[in-house]
Amino acid sequence: MCRLAAITSESYISPLENIAALEAMKEGYDGSGMGLVLKNLGGEFEELKEYPILSGICSREGIKRLDEYMDHLGFKLIYTWTPKIKPVAGVKQRDYYFGRVYDYPDEYKDKPWEEKEDLLLRTRVTLRRMGERDESIIVFSFYPDVLIIKEVGDPVALGEFFGFDSSNLRAKIIFAQGRQNTNYDINLYACHPFFIQGYGSMTNGENTAFVPIKEFLMSRGFPGYIGYQSDSEVFTHILHYTCKMLGLPLIYYKDVITPLKTSEIQQREDRDVVQMLKITLRPLCIDGPNCVIGFVPDGTCFMVQDSKKLRPGVVGGVKGRVGLMSEECGLDRAVPERDRAKDTFPMKYDMVIVSPEAKEVKVWNQRYGWTTIIN
Amino acid sequence: MEPEVRLDHNYQLSIKEFPYIIEWREDRCKRCGRCTAVCPMFAIEPSVVVKRELISEGPVPTPKEIRKIVTVIKQSTDISRYCTGCATCSLVCPNEAIEPRYNPQHKFLFHKNRGGYPYRRGGRRNDPAPSTLDRLKFTRISMLTDPALDAGRHEFRIRTYLGRILPPDELPIKIVNGKAVLDRSSDKFIPPVREIYPIMIGSMSIGALSPYMWEGLAMGITYLNEVEGMPVVMCSGEGGMPPRLLKSRFIKYFIIQIASGYFGWDEIIRAIPHMVEDPCAVEIKYGQGAKPGDGGLLMAHKVLKLIAEIRGVPMGVDLPSPPTHQTKYSIEESVAKMIQSMYMAWGFRVPVYPKISGTRTAKAVLNNLVRNPYAAALCIDGEDGGTGAAYNVSMDKMGHPIASNIRECYLELVKQGKQNEIPLIAAGGVGKTGNLAANAAALFMLGASAVAIGKYIMQAAAGCFGDEYNRCNICNIGRCPRGITTQDPKLYRRLDPEKVAERVVEVFKALDVELKKIFAPMGRSTELPIGMSDGISADDPGIAERLQISYAC
Repeated sequence: MCRLAAITSESYISPLENIAALEAMKEGYDGSGMGLVLKNLGGEFEELKEYPILSGICSREGIKRLDEYMDHLGFKLIYTWTPKIKPVAGVKQRDYYFGRVYDYPDEYKDKPWEEKEDLLLRTRVTLRRMGERDESIIVFSFYPDVLIIKEVGDPVALGEFFGFDSSNLRAKIIFAQGRQNTNYDINLYACHPFFIQGYGSMTNGENTAFVPIKEFLMSRGFPGYIGYQSDSEVFTHILHYTCKMLGLPLIYYKDVITPLKTSEIQQREDRDVVQMLKITLRPLCIDGPNCVIGFVPDGTCFMVQDSKKLRPGVVGGVKGRVGLMSEECGLDRAVPERDRAKDTFPMKYDMVIVSPEAKEVKVWNQRYGWTTIIN
Repeated sequence: MEPEVRLDHNYQLSIKEFPYIIEWREDRCKRCGRCTAVCPMFAIEPSVVVKRELISEGPVPTPKEIRKIVTVIKQSTDISRYCTGCATCSLVCPNEAIEPRYNPQHKFLFHKNRGGYPYRRGGRRNDPAPSTLDRLKFTRISMLTDPALDAGRHEFRIRTYLGRILPPDELPIKIVNGKAVLDRSSDKFIPPVREIYPIMIGSMSIGALSPYMWEGLAMGITYLNEVEGMPVVMCSGEGGMPPRLLKSRFIKYFIIQIASGYFGWDEIIRAIPHMVEDPCAVEIKYGQGAKPGDGGLLMAHKVLKLIAEIRGVPMGVDLPSPPTHQTKYSIEESVAKMIQSMYMAWGFRVPVYPKISGTRTAKAVLNNLVRNPYAAALCIDGEDGGTGAAYNVSMDKMGHPIASNIRECYLELVKQGKQNEIPLIAAGGVGKTGNLAANAAALFMLGASAVAIGKYIMQAAAGCFGDEYNRCNICNIGRCPRGITTQDPKLYRRLDPEKVAERVVEVFKALDVELKKIFAPMGRSTELPIGMSDGISADDPGIAERLQISYAC
């Protein structure tokens, strides 16, 4: 089963810390892919927070087409980050890995954020389509203050391959996944974490309700709901749909993917709405077993599970540095100095929510409300 | 010279022309007469024959001829008294001396049109071949990466919704202090939605069914709701309901049907002010899978006192419902007028949905309903559905199988993003060969939100004899040998309503376990796997292609 290592911190951390946590949990992945999402970036990106970063991989031919298309749209390249690749056995090197920072086209500079965000999404989707057939252009995200790196291989080997030991790449929130291939192809687009318009998540377990969920999302008419090379991408899109499209607070994500029984809903203060959501969003109910670790635009991170997830993930840490991991050994590696008594293994009604910069850890229970763990 | 008997036989039939041939064993028969007394068709009768016997009684053979007059059981060769193969005679015979045998070479349909009247009957389509539903299997089995569930111990939620479901972006919700609350200032109509068990008993009227049969079903579903906590509902069929039931709290377990004859609706309308609960829903019948294009038909001999009272008609007259609702000229009018007037009757608190026959034009109906915010569901009744009375040609040759009909309607809804807004109810041949749970689960995975059963429950709960070899199938003549589809007290006293109710409960409890045994290995427990088309495969590439599912061999 895939291994998940997320760290949220008040200070900048290196992706090597997540990779170290993954290494501690390495029984669970098979080198069929590692994904990294870095949010709230430091290092050379610290001064460029307002500009969108295009994360991806291109062939030599692909990058020319990408440049032509970006020029055509009027995006201006203002900074390029590329990893210092060190060839490593077992990792097949592609031509060009990048995080490219662009300035918006002139006509968009004074447009409201919603329009800019829409432009970024449509641009990413078009680029993805342009290179999908021959894998000449692979793009993971095009969004401010977010960098995504993915490649097939063992996480430790990939850490060396991308030269993270000598890089000053840093971020306050880093999500990493070591993939175990399931029923789906080995494909970089199948590699977690997934990201869309400020929302990201990674998952382990298998999603038995994948097809109806996918069909529901794809029929929303939203251009970003595409892909689904992995059954886990839907968790990110449900998060985006719940919080951004429907404008619901984060806690309702739990009610959408793991709805309560009608008799349990009757005990909720907001029962009218929760019952309505349960009925209207019936196709988005996951049937698990899954553990989902995610983040939202303000940097809040969370972990949820369904009732079938017999081996729960764990959240623990100290104020200012909290790990959200699929296994406790990963958390031991990432935050060894914590009080283990405060580790939280979310049960079927729970959603563990870590506030931005890991100031506070709280548990939202669908039936009983809030409990504070770390403050 | 004139022959002693006529030599032209063309107006006579030999027993070989008949679909069932009675095998009677003289050596076992004690001539009690029970078989001839119960035969609903008078196909067998006691008769006497002169029998020649050779006997020898002495110590050496001394054959001697004697002639005896003996009583025998004789099968009629009158086509109007054909043996239906119901085997009630075998049921009552104390010595296993009599049994009808199916005759595959019969020429029944060549002759069953005497007087220029086409063959009419009850029952189902006479096609014993496996239906498409029986050619589907569940192939996505959860293994090590997503361990299968324990059907016996895991908590399952086998429920569905009946009612129009608002699209997510139209929910009247506002956010106050980080909580979502209902926006009561919004004038948005929130349609009523019922949470029910996804398998319901489909529309069979009091009239078509005997009072004991209908009462048995009604008691069964009430017990399931009140004692077992299973919200199974049942549709009244056309023809109203007993006023006492309409005014009772149990009405919430019933879907009331209105059809083109509007039979029974005087009483229903009169009862509305006195109702203490709302009915589960109202079904508007536009078509029936077994006999598309035909209206309902209750033959005169079934219109006795109780039926006449409930339906508000004189006794002993044929009650044909027109093929269509006579006041409707287009579907726009049907949905606008009929659905909304039915909503109005109960203050917009009761879901109202139409039922149509399976047809290649079902998508057009569906698309009209999609545009009407009141249409609460669409029930599609496939060609394998049953009926109390219809022309044989309608039953055997008209209609559309349910599997591809429901699938194309579901995929149409997916295309429009409305797959969760109008529940599709599939009916017609569900459990045709006894595989009720498997057929129902396959229909859910093809896109149905619920299924309705009729013949299955008649067979399982009351021992209906009917089958796809035209066995029995005489629901239309009021002489049902089981007492299920008759209004004759002498016949329906053969049925114990308490026993019917018990069987209904047993059937649904067993069905629930079987559904869990299907869902558990597929890793599904929280929501009904509606549209989980990756879960099923067909054993035929053509079926797989048509249903857009995988082919497994």
